[in-house]
Amino acid sequence: MKVLVTVTDVAVVDDEFEIDGLDVDERYLTYELNEWDDYAVEEAVRIAEDGEDVEVVTVTVGPERSEETIRKALAKGADRAVRVWDDAIAGRELLDAETKAELLAAVAREEEPDLVLSGVQSGDDSFAATGVTLAEKLGEEWAAVVNQLDLDADAGVASVHRELEGGVEELTDVELPAVLTIQTGINEPRYASLRGIRQAQNKPLDVQTLGDLGLDESALETPLRWTATYEPESEGEATVFEGGADETAGELAAVLREEGVGQ
Amino acid sequence: MTVLAVAEHRRGELRDVSHELAGAGRELADATDSELHLAVVSGDVDAFGEALVREGVDRVHTVDYGEEFNHDVSVQAVEQLAGELDPDYLLVPHTVNGLDYAPAVAERLGLPIVTDAVDMAVDGNLAVTREMYGSKVETTIEVDADRAVVTLRPAEWPQAPTGGDATVEPFDVSIDESAVRSTVTGFEEVAGGDVDISEADVLVSVGRGIEEEDNLDIIRDLAEALDATVSASRPVVDSGWLPKNRQVGQSGKVVTPDVYIAIGISGAVQHVAGMKGADTIIAINTDPNAPIFDIADYGIVDDLFEVVPALTEQFGG
Repeated sequence: MKVLVTVTDVAVVDDEFEIDGLDVDERYLTYELNEWDDYAVEEAVRIAEDGEDVEVVTVTVGPERSEETIRKALAKGADRAVRVWDDAIAGRELLDAETKAELLAAVAREEEPDLVLSGVQSGDDSFAATGVTLAEKLGEEWAAVVNQLDLDADAGVASVHRELEGGVEELTDVELPAVLTIQTGINEPRYASLRGIRQAQNKPLDVQTLGDLGLDESALETPLRWTATYEPESEGEATVFEGGADETAGELAAVLREEGVGQ
Repeated sequence: MTVLAVAEHRRGELRDVSHELAGAGRELADATDSELHLAVVSGDVDAFGEALVREGVDRVHTVDYGEEFNHDVSVQAVEQLAGELDPDYLLVPHTVNGLDYAPAVAERLGLPIVTDAVDMAVDGNLAVTREMYGSKVETTIEVDADRAVVTLRPAEWPQAPTGGDATVEPFDVSIDESAVRSTVTGFEEVAGGDVDISEADVLVSVGRGIEEEDNLDIIRDLAEALDATVSASRPVVDSGWLPKNRQVGQSGKVVTPDVYIAIGISGAVQHVAGMKGADTIIAINTDPNAPIFDIADYGIVDDLFEVVPALTEQFGG
């Protein structure tokens, strides 16, 4: 059995930042393994640990910088990785969900996994549509926002819980092969062990270009254009207490007492 | 021209976001001189269809097939409706179920999809406002095409007013059962546990800023001193530090206490959806730009590990 996990290297913005053109100035960005993908990697590794002959492969659309993040996924137990990138991809301002899914689908067609696990969304652009778009491109089944997974590979069925709004979960059986988008909280992601980190350095990490995947630049065409980025105007009218902790706590305590709290 | 908005229901009830879609759909239809059509798939479509007749809605299409949402059925039904109505814009809620079928519909129809819209404008092209980096910046995505699928964030548009005289028409679909490869087998409520945070008058709510499970003690001390109940945002529950029944937010509980003290909570939209109805909101966070300050009545921009013990001390804790 083969499980393919989509792994994204997401940008996180500092508390204070400046916008340069369409995006936040690079000085204020740090990169890390996408939170939702961390849970997806963990779920895949658990499937591998529970079964015999299960291979976990990660796939990432990202520049060389993202290899640090990919190595983290390998250190947590993935067997090998594929990274998709070239100058044409790097030249695009906006990689929308459809474009990402197109690139991921090309890798999935080569890898032919039984199951694809993808984070519900990425923490930076939050499209939350790549996984289901990928499933549709592959002509496979899917389930979005999965927070529990019971896999019956022999029967070819994934029984999942989907986390709906308001504390309700939907129970759904999905035919394999399938793409599942994984919600945080489905498991407890492990920390990479020192041994895992050492081993990850020797695991295969293949870099594929559009051409390697049998695609050309038309795969990157999208009618969506990113035209503006700005800081939202604060709608807040909060009374913000200033001063040291004792001072501000005292002022807040007075407000709370006025509200009848703690009396 | 036509705008088609697809309503959402669950367990026999139309969800509020359906009427918000009608409100947003009317705005878009006015801007593009279009008709606004609504559709509802599965469930008690007769009752849903009547409820969707609201001001500004021109026609309602009901697809009577199955009881509950099934994405394979919804994809086929909406694909066929779009084939018949040829809408310029297809609006779907940015909800768990919306995200479970809208991207597939867009892909099948060969349409671009823009998700999680918080605003829309039309000036030649459709321009969609959405957020990035956990609400820290807003971006504009322009759709350089005549047609698109857009998912709309709940609670961003007013609900269409009741009234109106739209016609309700059944729409005959031909569902290919062999392509229905998922089966909804039931629903489960998240365990209630011994505490119902939605009943609490005062909530001391803790988020990612608490850093470690052991640090929760300072939150518990404060809650005890204030005679309050402890609740949490998603990351704390995901980490297993507090049970699921303590989670405030879109996927957790909606709470309306007299006082809500958000400690180390940035105020992601999913969290805010669960607590914005509190009478008085107090935020303690090191990041002055955290979205929680946009909805707070009182705030302290400081290290929670200094402020919280000092506050507890104020109440004799």
